[in-house]
Amino acid sequence: MTTVTVPPHASGLPGFWSRAVRHPSFLAGALLSALLAVAALLSLFWSPYPPADIDIPNKLAAPSAAHWLGTDSLGRDIASQLLVGAQNSIVVGVIAVGIGLAVGVLLGCLAAAKRGWVEEAVMRASDFTFAFPALLSAIMLGAIYGPGLLTGIVAIGIFNIPVFARITRGAANAVWAREFVLASRAAGFGPLRITLDHVLPNIASLLIVQATISFATAILAEAALSYLGLGTQPPQPSWGRMLNEAQTMLFQAPMLAVYPGVAIALSVLGLNLMGDGLRDLLDPRLARRR
Amino acid sequence: MSVFLFKRLATFLVTLAVASVLVFAVLELLPGNVAQVMLGETATPESIAALEKKLGLDRPPLQRYAFWVGGLLRGQTANSFSYDTPTAELIVERLQVTVPLAALAMALTTALALSLGIFAAARHNKIGDVGVMALSQVGIAIPSFWFAILLILLFAVKLQWVSAGGFPGWTEDDGGGLFEGIKSLVLPAIALALVQAAILARVTRSAVLEVMREDYVRTARAKGLSRRATLWKHVLRNAMIPVLTIMGLQFANLITGTIVVENVFVLPGIGRLVFQAIANRDLVVVRDVVMLLVAVVVVVNFVVDVLYAMVDPRLKASDA
Repeated sequence: MTTVTVPPHASGLPGFWSRAVRHPSFLAGALLSALLAVAALLSLFWSPYPPADIDIPNKLAAPSAAHWLGTDSLGRDIASQLLVGAQNSIVVGVIAVGIGLAVGVLLGCLAAAKRGWVEEAVMRASDFTFAFPALLSAIMLGAIYGPGLLTGIVAIGIFNIPVFARITRGAANAVWAREFVLASRAAGFGPLRITLDHVLPNIASLLIVQATISFATAILAEAALSYLGLGTQPPQPSWGRMLNEAQTMLFQAPMLAVYPGVAIALSVLGLNLMGDGLRDLLDPRLARRR
Repeated sequence: MSVFLFKRLATFLVTLAVASVLVFAVLELLPGNVAQVMLGETATPESIAALEKKLGLDRPPLQRYAFWVGGLLRGQTANSFSYDTPTAELIVERLQVTVPLAALAMALTTALALSLGIFAAARHNKIGDVGVMALSQVGIAIPSFWFAILLILLFAVKLQWVSAGGFPGWTEDDGGGLFEGIKSLVLPAIALALVQAAILARVTRSAVLEVMREDYVRTARAKGLSRRATLWKHVLRNAMIPVLTIMGLQFANLITGTIVVENVFVLPGIGRLVFQAIANRDLVVVRDVVMLLVAVVVVVNFVVDVLYAMVDPRLKASDA
């Protein structure tokens, strides 16, 4: 059985922000993640060109003032596609992690509050779901309902459920064993009230760290699914599909295969660094052990 | 030990059984009319009825499920809709590429991760450690399929040492051979190993550092054993427990990674088979390949569980 240390919750940590600005990897991660968010937000209002606009006379253009990163085999502006592609990554990340958080935390809290066969059932179901990596779920769903953004999101979301269920249950069990919970129970409060008042606030920081790391994993998974044609479909730009299209042009325009990959890697690196940094900042005991 | 083994074996069998029900339900019951899905929107009622009969869809679901599982256990599978060949034959043929690729990737991962992890732990907080950790952080962030494309860009497009993809076959009759076959799997295996090794190197480093703080390590050093001997004789053996667990958990990643990387390098393995099956709406192949891959993940996790208990008797005692 995994033991999970319960960190004190963020609001209770004195000087969180003053320590955060002195944590280099957290800062670098937060900066890269902010860049991803800004790119996605900006692209909602503005991009140099409409990303799906085809301009055959200008196909495979080199980077210039008109097209900062050049154009692809159909003359579409690469910089615009990258900017709008960021939206896609964020949408998939938010919804897939949201599914994992909503269902996983509910199941984890239920397991910790009820114990006995409920806990056993939740844990066995979690073990079971691990046998279905997101790609396999996406293959099954894609084979029946056809590939698409929704297929990808659902497949990644399903895989996130046991991740959050396990971590919640472990941490919640630790909170349930604390004296203040015992006091609440003695005062006659029920499991729902204790979960809302004590368990959730105490495990929130752990969930924030996990959500950040799962967000990064979701971006990687979405890119792979879109590369394989199981995720985002044209004309919506996606970094994974840009790489798929670039692979057919490797001899003519090798840089087309570089930009989207750099965007994916920087986003994932940023979120992972931020997640690691948050873990250090929210739970100094864990930081010392690493 | 026998109680522990029995409990684990029971869980393993139940997991496999439930997985088979789920795969069957998702691919055969949920879509409504499987024959309609396979033939597409434009299919005539006659062709749908003919395919339903061919696939045995006119029989009750429970009977179909029993027939499917029974066939899988005996190695007698249904015919693929698009290839008109038993799926077992197709799968065995494709495994001749997938299994060597996964094995090569696993070997590379282990060699790379263990040496980097031990190197970093032995130089804790020094420049070598920081460098390895930074590199591994970057390695984790790079999608394996993008790294695969970059490898093609460098070795096939720029240097032109290898072809950009494809598999020549294992025998000279196919136009390939052992050397040619391995050569075409090296780049895909490197692409797969990078991400896996980045994660495993971090785990190895943490595990080694954790064990180095134990009292018995201090005792070994105090009685005069050299740093190197302590590391090899006492630290590594104990540090392997968490490393082994993570390797088991990573196996699912390796499987899915193989599917993706096979598609990047156009290798005729299981990954290509299943994607061609999706394109052809060949649900029979999709069902059997997904079941095989899920079974492999479950079997590996079971084996790791048992190995884990053999290495760490405390776990066995607490669980039995």
